[in-house]
Amino acid sequence: MKLKSLMLTTGAALIAVPALAQEMADEMTIVSWGGAYQNSQLKAYVEPYQEMHPEVEVIWDESSGEAVAGMRAQSEAGNITWDLVDVTAADSMRLCDEGLAMEVDPDEILAPAPDGTPASEDFGEEMLVSECFIPQIAYSYTFGYRTDVEEWEGRTPDEICDVFNLEEFPGQRSLEKRPHNNMEWALYCDGVAWEDIYDTLETEEGQDRALAKLDTIKDQTVWWTAGADTPQLLADGEVVMGSTYNGRLFSVIEEQDQPVAMLWDAQSYDLDGWVIPEGLDEPALNRVKDFLYFATDTQRLADQAAWISYGPARKSSAPLVGQHAELGIDMAPHMPTNPDNASNAFVQNYEWWADYRDDLDSKFQAWLAQ
Amino acid sequence: MTDATHGPDAVTGVTPDTGLRIAEQRAGGEMVAADGTPLKRSLNRALRREKLRALALVAPLFLFIVVTFIAPIADMLFRSVENQIVSETLPRTVVALEDWDGDDMPEEPVFAALAQDLAIAVELKNHTRLGSRLNYETTAASSLFRRTGRGADDIGEDAADRFVALDPAWEEPATWVGLMASPDWIEAQAEWAAGADDDAGPEPRFELRDGVADALPRAADMYAAFARVIRTEDGDSPTEEEPWPIVCRALHGDLIANPDAAAGFDGANAQLLAAAAEAAPAFEVTGFRDTFLDIDEDWGDTTIWETIKAFSSPYTAGYFLSAVDLQLTADGVARQPEDRQIYGLLFGRTLFMSLTIMGCCVLLGYPIAFLLANLPMRSANLLLILVLLPFWTSLLVRTSAWKVLLQQQGVINDLLVWSGIISDGGRLALINNQTGTIIAMTHILLPFMILPLYSVMKTIPPSYVRAAKSLGATNFTAFRRVYFPQSVPGIGAGCILVFILSIGYYITPELVGGTTGTFISNRIAYHISQSLNWGLAAALGTILLAVVLVLYWLYDRIVGIDNVSLG
Repeated sequence: MKLKSLMLTTGAALIAVPALAQEMADEMTIVSWGGAYQNSQLKAYVEPYQEMHPEVEVIWDESSGEAVAGMRAQSEAGNITWDLVDVTAADSMRLCDEGLAMEVDPDEILAPAPDGTPASEDFGEEMLVSECFIPQIAYSYTFGYRTDVEEWEGRTPDEICDVFNLEEFPGQRSLEKRPHNNMEWALYCDGVAWEDIYDTLETEEGQDRALAKLDTIKDQTVWWTAGADTPQLLADGEVVMGSTYNGRLFSVIEEQDQPVAMLWDAQSYDLDGWVIPEGLDEPALNRVKDFLYFATDTQRLADQAAWISYGPARKSSAPLVGQHAELGIDMAPHMPTNPDNASNAFVQNYEWWADYRDDLDSKFQAWLAQ
Repeated sequence: MTDATHGPDAVTGVTPDTGLRIAEQRAGGEMVAADGTPLKRSLNRALRREKLRALALVAPLFLFIVVTFIAPIADMLFRSVENQIVSETLPRTVVALEDWDGDDMPEEPVFAALAQDLAIAVELKNHTRLGSRLNYETTAASSLFRRTGRGADDIGEDAADRFVALDPAWEEPATWVGLMASPDWIEAQAEWAAGADDDAGPEPRFELRDGVADALPRAADMYAAFARVIRTEDGDSPTEEEPWPIVCRALHGDLIANPDAAAGFDGANAQLLAAAAEAAPAFEVTGFRDTFLDIDEDWGDTTIWETIKAFSSPYTAGYFLSAVDLQLTADGVARQPEDRQIYGLLFGRTLFMSLTIMGCCVLLGYPIAFLLANLPMRSANLLLILVLLPFWTSLLVRTSAWKVLLQQQGVINDLLVWSGIISDGGRLALINNQTGTIIAMTHILLPFMILPLYSVMKTIPPSYVRAAKSLGATNFTAFRRVYFPQSVPGIGAGCILVFILSIGYYITPELVGGTTGTFISNRIAYHISQSLNWGLAAALGTILLAVVLVLYWLYDRIVGIDNVSLG
């Protein structure tokens, strides 16, 4: 019976394909981040899609870190080799601004929720940060700390400002080597309310204030550039606490079983999603759209959460999040969007950072170099 | 001819080269070749043929290098001065700003020009690119242009409404075509539209009618831009599309400035225009300046205008100034604020650390090369393989290995603590600082020092040192006076190799350099891949290239490049 129905669907699919007037490319180059995250995409929707369309060959390119530069270079050379690119929310804004990514209408190209809610509402405005962005997941920057530090005498850091407290929590920290998040955390711990953070950071005094706060831990800080740095430093005992993506910490804690715990307080949300490069030819674009319709539907985004502890971008996916595909543990408590974890979370202001990134970065780098 | 048999030419006979010289010496002489042409010319021809043949032989390689190496580098370096985006995106604004004194908010005409430029830029989606470009110079320019772009569609909407309320004909695309388009174009367009089904190619390019640009300068300008943009961007025709509201707004301005504009038209057009000209002064329309201030009050600030004015020329020194911690302002060149000066520090650090690494390589490499050159062949070969082995290992693997060795909980610190040399609390910081970069890079670049040294030392005959000793020199004197001077060309070659390689190094400092051990190339990489400020990256790269060339020239003057030997 099962085989018969499978044959029927395959047969139907075979008949249906030529019936479609659109010509689709059989090759698709997907750009992503590599590692556990890319694996979650592979398992949750790329492999299932290839089962439905065995003729499709997917080529992975792990260049998302340089996606903006890569897309600009390809566009200037007039030779677009990427079909679908996974980027952060801030990068999607820049790509849209530069005219390098295609503007999309979510309701037109994405599946509605199972109950018929249009995609734009299912994702919601806070997820659709630019006209080119097709969100997949919400992740967060948060801190992990070692649970076996003798000098702490049994105390555990449970709020963000413990990062700045060298007396009770001595030891090296690791922070990201760019101003994002660090400046916000520093100001918050210097007594600025969340809603005033960006107004304060706009002023010269506010920036100096944030850097002065960071100065208090500067000589006890290792600065990371790659997401894998902090987990490695924590596992080696090089640092006692450090910031990184929550999914990386999940794998250190649950998969590698290291003596590390999460500090969810004041986690900083960020988004990750797809953009389609501007200037794809017709068959490639049709294939990408066909894939995207499938890969961003409610079930597929929920499936992704079984492989990595990042929250699905659709509201309708949240109730479907189940257990880890291999470890068999409940994923919901490990999601950054889980209410217990999100009580003091903040959302990075992408538009603000798009404006101030260059200015603050030169100031931050000058400060680091001193 | 007889003269040629005297010097060295006696052996080779007369070559085209020497023949030419002989012919020149006999100025005014009537020397002719066998076929009667003057000798000078025939020799010149032979010489040219030979040169061409030589050129043809090197041409393939030369072209290959030009196309794949020199051209891309030149193109990249050219970005360090290129700045067309401002004058191309805001051509009218740039002209209007020329007379602005920079003290107060610019006058209405500047805002009018900006409105026109932005209306076009928004349709072409260029305004956000311009915003990102200006954001490198002035913070918040990016969002200012993004926000203004969202509001730009509505600029002139109020004027358009008044025109339509006055006469619904203003809503008809045909009215505008009749007013603006040249009769030739209308005819060609009609012909094209009739045959459009059989692939007649794109619609004919829009042409303004004669005289309209004089009678209604701004409206005609905007209408032509509108026709051009919808043709190229959307594939639409002005015969089917209502013009942008900004065209109505421009027309309103033109009619106020020139109430008799209708005189240049005839028939229905003239009546329509005359009626509009009469009614126009009574239209309540918001001024351009107020419209912009309404969209974003930052337009009232002089900062953004100063930036546009300072960067309005198609070529700019701005990137080079930024690369040396200066900035271009409306009043000329000024220093960057103290807390944003990094490039001078980074250039200095890059030079200092490259020299240190070079010095470490000489100190460590010289004894090894000496040993290699003086051991029996078999053990020397074994040692050479040990030198080359890390050379064949991936750079990333070697750098990561140094991380494991050098970190505070790493092998070296553990050994030191275990042996009691340092206490557990006093572990050494050997990585994520300058020390880490110097250690890792010295190790990585050491083979580039050892190999040229070794090949030069191999050629120094051992009998020289023996001779010195037999004449009474001590071991040290023999080395200092006889051996060492002969090995100097090897040191020179190794130093140049190591120094030039390390000055552009990027991966190792990035991984082990922390904050105090990074190079200028890390900043270049940041601007290429993260901030996308390719102009600044190009300027930094150009400066780095110039520094290397100057140092090379200095080296040539002091040591002499002829004294460098790779073996």
